Amino acid sequence: MYDIKALYEAESVEDAIKLRLEHPDAQILAGGSDVLVQIREGKRAGKELISIYMLDELRGVSLDSDGAIRIGSLTSFSHITKNEIIKKYINVLGEAVDMVGSPQIRNIGTIGGNTCNGVTSADSASTLYAFDALIELTGSNKKRVIPIPDFYIWAGKVDIKPDEIQTAIIIPKEKYEGYHGHYIKYAMRNALDITTTGCSVNVKLSEDKKTFIDVRIAYGVAGPVPMRAKTAENFIKGKEVSEEVALQFSKEVLDDIKPRDSWRASKALRQHIACELAYRALKEAVKLSGGEM
Amino acid sequence: MAQYKLVRCTINGKEVEQMVDVRASLTDMLRNDYRMTSVKKGCEVGECGACNVLIDGECFNSCIYLAVWADGKHIRTLEGLMGENGELSDIQQAFIDETAVQCGFCTPGVIMSAVEILESGRDYTDDELRKLLSGHLCRCTGYENILKAVRKTLDKRLGKI
Repeated sequence: MYDIKALYEAESVEDAIKLRLEHPDAQILAGGSDVLVQIREGKRAGKELISIYMLDELRGVSLDSDGAIRIGSLTSFSHITKNEIIKKYINVLGEAVDMVGSPQIRNIGTIGGNTCNGVTSADSASTLYAFDALIELTGSNKKRVIPIPDFYIWAGKVDIKPDEIQTAIIIPKEKYEGYHGHYIKYAMRNALDITTTGCSVNVKLSEDKKTFIDVRIAYGVAGPVPMRAKTAENFIKGKEVSEEVALQFSKEVLDDIKPRDSWRASKALRQHIACELAYRALKEAVKLSGGEM
Repeated sequence: MAQYKLVRCTINGKEVEQMVDVRASLTDMLRNDYRMTSVKKGCEVGECGACNVLIDGECFNSCIYLAVWADGKHIRTLEGLMGENGELSDIQQAFIDETAVQCGFCTPGVIMSAVEILESGRDYTDDELRKLLSGHLCRCTGYENILKAVRKTLDKRLGKI
């Protein structure tokens, strides 16, 4: 038995919003692979919960009329990985979420829960940052769509108003068209581990594959929230595709990231990994784009 | 005050319904209300996989799945693999033949993951199988024999041996 004060089950998005207003202290429950575990640990014990898990309307991936990829917030990690739209346009996201926990966790864990948790180690988050993803929040009177860096306020804190729930994650067409990406998760073991540091890179090359037109690089666990390395991005734009540029790019990230010492890893190790991951992920993204280094 | 909800679902093909305490996990419901004791209570935080069951064809750790979410779902546990006269299924026999069982506590969970793999109808490399079985902790076998048992059953079902 879980130590739950009360459970309110939402029957629709409107119902979920109504329940949020009626029970302002209640915690939203999606797949529960974090919230239920934290209840077991005592951290969130004795609270009221609003379960949105049964809302199938928040599941699935679709293409909007303007070409944007829309991922319903309750779509599970495994369904994202298997989805044909994801595989065709942003395969790197499917690969990234395929590194979360274990097969069972990937069946219950949702991309909405992963981002709403507000943790920097979320395996989906760095790739979503790298694609300039938008977060859709539905409230009692209106919908808000905000860039993902505005959604993350601080470690464990995200911008959800008292009458809102997150309903979708959107990746605009111009952010993925022509880009190829790669994500690397560095952790101590291959399954059931939290990322020590993760890095997602996507690349747009010139037609002759010799020049970097655009590169976006984002990290998890390089600071309190996921982040982009803008100095490195600005450095590499317009440069030729070469080993030398890639190595310099990987060093530039140190100006942007702010890793800390924690029981999982030291700051020095995280900085070292961050540079190495930048280099390797860039190299792989170049390869996927048809370029050579 | 205790809060209850009617949960209707099918368990191993049989339609059932029961008033369930909303605080119950699916493990609690399967063990206490339906005596499905193959569903083990291990870590209870979704790490060890001992409570793994199939819900609508996909594997879930029932310890971190609310019992009320089972409403309308098709649930399968190890008990459902048993033949009419108590015969073991091919995957269970393979676990015995390959000595993939020692203490046996993790076995029902691992076998249910194997069932999802086997029923997908496709082949996998050993590395893919390792990844698909990675949601289970086994402190006895060292995993090699588990992998062999799944490999053999998969090869047999695909007509490769």
